[in-house]
Amino acid sequence: MQLDQLYQEIILDHYKRPHGRGLRDADDSADRVAEAHHVNPTCGDEVTVRVATDGTVLHDISYDGMGCSISQASASVLHELLRGRGAGEAFEVHEAFVELMSGRGQVTPDEDVLGDGVAFAGVARYPARVKCALLPWMAFKDAAARAGVGVSPEVKA
Amino acid sequence: MTSIAIPSGMPQYDDVPRFDVARVRADFPILGREINGHPLVYLDSANTSHKPRQVLDVLDEHYARHNANVSRSVHTLGTEATEAYEGARAKVAAFIHAPSTDEVVFTKNSTEAINIVAYAFSNASLRPDADSRFRLGPGDEVVISEMEHHSNIVPWQLLCERTGATLRWFPVTDQGRLDESGLEDLVTERTKIVSLVHMSNILGTVNATSRITARVREVGALLLLDCSQSVPHLPIDVVDLDADYIVFTGHKMCGPTGIGVLWGRGELLAAMPPVFGGGSMIETVTMARSTFAAPPARFEAGTPPIAEAVALGAAVDYLTGIGMQAIQWHEKELTAYALDALGSVPDLRIFGPTVPVGRGGTISFALADVHPHDVGQVLDSLGVQVRVGHHCAKPVCSRFGVPAMTRASFYLYTTTEEIDALVAGLEQVRKVFD
Repeated sequence: MQLDQLYQEIILDHYKRPHGRGLRDADDSADRVAEAHHVNPTCGDEVTVRVATDGTVLHDISYDGMGCSISQASASVLHELLRGRGAGEAFEVHEAFVELMSGRGQVTPDEDVLGDGVAFAGVARYPARVKCALLPWMAFKDAAARAGVGVSPEVKA
Repeated sequence: MTSIAIPSGMPQYDDVPRFDVARVRADFPILGREINGHPLVYLDSANTSHKPRQVLDVLDEHYARHNANVSRSVHTLGTEATEAYEGARAKVAAFIHAPSTDEVVFTKNSTEAINIVAYAFSNASLRPDADSRFRLGPGDEVVISEMEHHSNIVPWQLLCERTGATLRWFPVTDQGRLDESGLEDLVTERTKIVSLVHMSNILGTVNATSRITARVREVGALLLLDCSQSVPHLPIDVVDLDADYIVFTGHKMCGPTGIGVLWGRGELLAAMPPVFGGGSMIETVTMARSTFAAPPARFEAGTPPIAEAVALGAAVDYLTGIGMQAIQWHEKELTAYALDALGSVPDLRIFGPTVPVGRGGTISFALADVHPHDVGQVLDSLGVQVRVGHHCAKPVCSRFGVPAMTRASFYLYTTTEEIDALVAGLEQVRKVFD
């Protein structure tokens, strides 16, 4: 196995210089705000994802957590990709990311949809690490549901 | 290493029994494997050990030649299987110097062994006529430590929830030793059982138990030692240890998975109510009620892991053939070497004792702020297999303020070259995450 397939430069960049890290209050006090805290019980990785939305647009996705490079970089990419998006559109991206991660390396990612998320294609080849990559995305799904925006189909991580 | 002359007449280093590691390694087929294009460097024996050909052959031979159920057949195969199963029990009893073979109960693993004791307490607590030593209620206390594997925490938490008893624990010092300073306040007349790890699966600490044992005897409590990490690596004598119960598991001592041991003092096992009901554990059964077999059968309901027990007997033969004292010394030298070598890695922090005294060959550490998952992944790409995560001992991680640790653990087949490979691998980790 090639280590650089897993630790792509993009992933290490997001890990070392995370985008949008830190839990934030909503700019617009009319927004609904909800969060979800997820842990990976096998390794102790933790992430909290908070969603601020008016029910149509995800005004902010903020997060905090501790864990490995994959889980923390994934949270940074999640923030980058979904912040400011319409809820429907965001869930399409969510679905594409989950599909990529569940594909055991057989899925070719669409960069137009997944942006920096395509860097995680290599992670899908490491079954032990797929959960790390999915951790913030699962927390996001729960946080969004709690904030009252739609839920993508059930996935098995 | 500096060498110091030991005065004549004192035990010399040369007196310590040794073995040829290269020859031992040749017994383990898996050690010939390559991982990701590199020779396998297996530093995860505290998780599970590898199995020598001698054990694999016995497992195979049992199914190929002697397969039958035990303790219930008059035919030849049944007799052979029963003799092999009971023979393994005798080997295990001799290995830990148990006064009687009947004190060895075969279980699935250490976890099940601890749960059997906890549920026997639980069952006794429901019966007014049960032995008062096992009866728990509000006001009674169970004492464990912050150093335990989850398997020696959760069963006691559940027992306390069921009975209303209180769970208390020994803290751990900054050096990773058991903090016995509060012993008199912690172990009191209210204490019914103290259940402690003998050797920590995460810090490597080997606990000196004599002070605790003395206090346990003084207050009339019982003592269980979780020897999952010590029985595979040190000579163990249950009479010397003066415990009431010890538990350990086969797969960490060159045996197969699915077989573990509960050893208990004969008189205690005889006084304990059964936990699992079923075949083999009864004396007589009517539709209204049953009476129960004497130990160990009382605690072995159903068809046991027969081939696994027989193979555990072979593992005991294998370890005895090499010599537990020689294995202990080999690991002591490896540990001294590894503590030295890891000490030379910049930004590496060792959790637990940093001297090779009162500790075994299990070393957990952090490398700068690189997450253990990432450390383990880079090491794996170089063929080096270490465990990363919380090691089923989350309270220890919390105690040292980290969510997870990286752990290297050694056994009789580990070499100093493998420790060098670990240190070289850690340099690679630093390069990737610098």
